[in-house]
Amino acid sequence: MMGDTVLDRFVYLDNAAATRLDERVLEAMRPYFFDIYAVATSEFGYSQGIEAQEALGEARKVLAAALGAEAEEFIFTSGSTESSNIAIKGVAQALGQKKGKHIVVSKIEDFPVLNSARAMEKQGFHVTYLDVDSDGFVDLDNLRNSITDETILVSIQHANQEIGTIQDIENIGGICKEKGVVFHTDATHTFTRVPLDVKKIPVDLITVSAHTIHGPKGIGGLYIRGGTPLSKWVDGGFQEFNLRAGLENIPGAAGFARAVELVTVEETERLRAMRDHLIDRILTEIPDTTLNGHRCNRLPQNANITFHFVEGESITLHLDMRGFAVSTGSACFSRSLEGSHVIFGIGGDHERAHGSIRFTFGRYNTMEDVDNMVGTIAEVVQELRKISPLGRNK
Amino acid sequence: MKFPYSETVLEHFRHPRNVGKIENPDGKSTEGSPACGDMVSVYINVDPETNRLADIKFESYGCASNIATGSIITELAMGKTLDEAKKITWKQAADALGGLPKIKTHCSVLAIEGLRAAIQNYEERHGLVKEQKPTTVEVVRRRLKKVMNPLAGLDVVRTNLIKSVDVEEGTVRVVMDLPADHQFASAMREEIMEKIEPLWDVQEVVVEFSE
Repeated sequence: MMGDTVLDRFVYLDNAAATRLDERVLEAMRPYFFDIYAVATSEFGYSQGIEAQEALGEARKVLAAALGAEAEEFIFTSGSTESSNIAIKGVAQALGQKKGKHIVVSKIEDFPVLNSARAMEKQGFHVTYLDVDSDGFVDLDNLRNSITDETILVSIQHANQEIGTIQDIENIGGICKEKGVVFHTDATHTFTRVPLDVKKIPVDLITVSAHTIHGPKGIGGLYIRGGTPLSKWVDGGFQEFNLRAGLENIPGAAGFARAVELVTVEETERLRAMRDHLIDRILTEIPDTTLNGHRCNRLPQNANITFHFVEGESITLHLDMRGFAVSTGSACFSRSLEGSHVIFGIGGDHERAHGSIRFTFGRYNTMEDVDNMVGTIAEVVQELRKISPLGRNK
Repeated sequence: MKFPYSETVLEHFRHPRNVGKIENPDGKSTEGSPACGDMVSVYINVDPETNRLADIKFESYGCASNIATGSIITELAMGKTLDEAKKITWKQAADALGGLPKIKTHCSVLAIEGLRAAIQNYEERHGLVKEQKPTTVEVVRRRLKKVMNPLAGLDVVRTNLIKSVDVEEGTVRVVMDLPADHQFASAMREEIMEKIEPLWDVQEVVVEFSE
């Protein structure tokens, strides 16, 4: 039933999951594989180790500066998952006995935060999972009311991994500060794309990662505001200010820093233009489609749309056979066979999750890709609707 | 390119056979899985002389496995007697498709159930079904054999995930030998509910976990 148009070029629109490495990032990493490969040593070590230490320090400065922070406030980790684990478990461990055992997170957090919170529940902590509205926003009054004398930590993401909604973290941070509660935010998808300055926004811990900005996989970081109570969670040596043990990933750190330097405001605006073009075209040209997440207050590189009466994995497979990569919130696509908790969180049902497709843009996408994507998905959805028992496109 | 399915699955996915509706069919069914959202409708016409399937069509609101299985069972069932068609198993459909990923069992079982339900619908309409029997532990266990354990690709009874089943005054209580936070706990709970709830004399279904 399907045509066989296959593009000569693979169109990758799953940049929230992973991005293509920028060659310039690889060049920045190369010396730390082949020339300066020693472990970062103390100032009394041998010269190559000192050079490694300096490279790590330079990278740290770049990363910290991108958040308006001091270098001593930033540690490298293996990625967002580890960063959020350290933040949540580290604060819980530091304050659980002293202050209380209550943690607040939103319902639509990504799995590192959600499952770290669930793990702490097993250790006797009590977790409040805050509802979000139909766009994905946390209600500030609801947040305020959920904080008790027992509350030690609030963890609310900067922007959502699936539907792209950007939270009002300035006011969330304000509430936490006023109540004397540590505030962690997962900025994996906003880092360098949406401004976040720790001098202006009262946030204590920030999770970031290189894999979303054309940097290498396996390197991320955690911003830790000076004085934030945080117990060490990965034991071993004294690396990363004695907060995260383990041999430093110096090529990764150098690559991460280079990746940050390469992101520009102009590029982000280009991604925003592609996002808007895709959303406008799909919502006007394809009937029975619903945008998931807020129309404007969303990640510049994210679009998420439900195509009613069809299933997401069928769409992604048809697109894959024609050279397009996207992802879906359908249960059939997930490792746990559960529909997207984010779509359920914004009040969606199985049906809305079932046909939801996430498009995320990156440096190597073009407007032509967007037009090809829209044309192809329109065709695929129309064909799948023909065989669906639901809907009207008979 | 590397796809997660066999060539035959992809072929049926791209070019599904016998798709669509039959107007005024002799029998029809719609089987849905709220747990994953997939849905299949099956329409049949029966030759009353031979009791064989004269025509069969399907529609799918589902993933690739669901579409491909719907397609292959229409080919397997066409021309068979009702009794033969009822006996077509998931395994036969999966084999005919050159294999299906285990985790996708539950999406594809739906098509088999759709076919059986369409035949049952025909039999009910033509007075070929006996009286309704009361739900017993045995009836529940038989239904649970249709609930798949996604880790094994086999049903939850055969993979020893059912710790106990109780039936008391319309309440069915199923205890699973699984922690409540298991990766597939909620998916399997929903599937169990959807299999047991339609039984005519069941008012409530409770699924519990062992820890």
